Amino acid sequence: MSESEKWKKINKSKEERPKVQEYKNWKELSPIPISLPIDGNMGTTGDWRTFRPVIDQENCTKCGFCWMYCPEGVIEKKEDGHFEIDLLYCKGCGICAKECPTKNIEMVRESDIQDG
Amino acid sequence: MVEATNDFVQDKETIVIKGNISAAYAAKSARVQVISAYPITPQTTVVEKLSEFVDNGLMPGTQYIKVESEHSVMASVIAASMTGTRTFTATAGQGLFYMFEMLHWASGTRLPIVTAIASRGPAPPWNIWADFTDIFSCRDTGWMTAFCATHQEIYDEILMSYKLCEDNEVLLPKFVAYGGFILSHTSKPVIIEDQDLVDSFLPPLPDEKGWPHMWIDPERPIMFGNLIMPSGFYYEFRMKIHDAMVRAKEKIKSVAKDFEKIFGRNYGNGLIQEYKMDGAEVGMVIYGDLALQMEQAVDDLREEGYKVGMVKLRHFRPFPVEDIIEIAKKVPLLGVVDRATAFGSPTGGPVSCEVKTALHDVKGTARILPMINGLGGREVTLDQQKNQLKILIKLNETGELPKDMLYGTFWDGLLEVK
Repeated sequence: MSESEKWKKINKSKEERPKVQEYKNWKELSPIPISLPIDGNMGTTGDWRTFRPVIDQENCTKCGFCWMYCPEGVIEKKEDGHFEIDLLYCKGCGICAKECPTKNIEMVRESDIQDG
Repeated sequence: MVEATNDFVQDKETIVIKGNISAAYAAKSARVQVISAYPITPQTTVVEKLSEFVDNGLMPGTQYIKVESEHSVMASVIAASMTGTRTFTATAGQGLFYMFEMLHWASGTRLPIVTAIASRGPAPPWNIWADFTDIFSCRDTGWMTAFCATHQEIYDEILMSYKLCEDNEVLLPKFVAYGGFILSHTSKPVIIEDQDLVDSFLPPLPDEKGWPHMWIDPERPIMFGNLIMPSGFYYEFRMKIHDAMVRAKEKIKSVAKDFEKIFGRNYGNGLIQEYKMDGAEVGMVIYGDLALQMEQAVDDLREEGYKVGMVKLRHFRPFPVEDIIEIAKKVPLLGVVDRATAFGSPTGGPVSCEVKTALHDVKGTARILPMINGLGGREVTLDQQKNQLKILIKLNETGELPKDMLYGTFWDGLLEVK
């Protein structure tokens, strides 16, 4: 198993985490706290959103700027090249809309969206 | 790039250099991999010399980063150290203060960064001369602190510091401080050691896996410096820094011993260095460049028949409590000279406060006379230091305190307009 695969497995399973994260008292702690990345460690941050980014998929040039600029890494590139935003974690910061060179991302107030 | 020349030393050689250049040579000998720099008097020539070394190809593989401020210096050094590299920088006074926030990040992340400090007095009034108040202002940052008394000691202490800081039991950053201008800009012979010998003394450079506790590796992603709630382990991680610092005392001793074995130069037990304390009736605790001249003062008074001795304090953090107690049991009276201020503290001087604290609970230890001397680079003469020793003798024999005391501390060398 490659280092990267091993690490992915560690990230997904609490049982396989390195010993570094097992401790009973301060003496057993590693010198500094580290944490291993897990999806949604701080909860579903999509709750924080006031404005939702909506991509105009028809006019999107698929340049990838939104994907590159997203500070939360919640924009995903699909196989056919279009981009989708994971609304479970998107905080609605609006950076993608600001950076989109063709202005095809609109920030819509959540209360104005019918689907709730 | 300028072609590599070999006019700089690979083999052991004695050269006459300034204290700052001695620090630069130490970084070169330690094969530091990343240097980040911003100029500030009196440190500037340390990083100037290093840039010359890098530009001339004398430090192959070393990255030299120029940044826009001291805050960025420490930020970039921390980032470089996190990736698992040996790092170095130098600063002083106001620059150190500007760096302050990042100092906690370095110690909290337990990175073995070594920083040379050509100490200078804090402004205002503007001052660029020897005064260790800058380094004492960083007392509680979790950085270890050592003082140098000679040009050679700057070179040696930086080498010893890398061995100490990179020890898995320690993993803390360290300041190596020496008086601005008095050491930084005067020239003395310094032995630059053989590169192979230095390599055998120092631990090997970290490999691409980084430090055991901290790494930056896209294959093994981690998050660090994260938020810990009050119910989490924040408190315990702080405790571990103190624990590492206290345990470092033994390591300092063993590093000093190893150093003497390989290079033949003795620095006491690493924490303190006694000078003619055997049979002394009074002693002086002193640090930095003032300690060197005090040795002369002790010699002179010994010739005159006075039984005096001195102790050079080499490390302030961790503080050598046990050694100070040992010393304070040998003599009834100890003077402590500070070239720094701790305003509003019990004595006004940072080291005298520490010495008093160390002795507080121990019966049968010396009385302490705190002294302050040479602030802001004020000249301290040999006669003045001899007089300080005589004050101790007089106080010990007759109980008579010197004039010009302020709240129990003797401020020596005050100006008097006649």
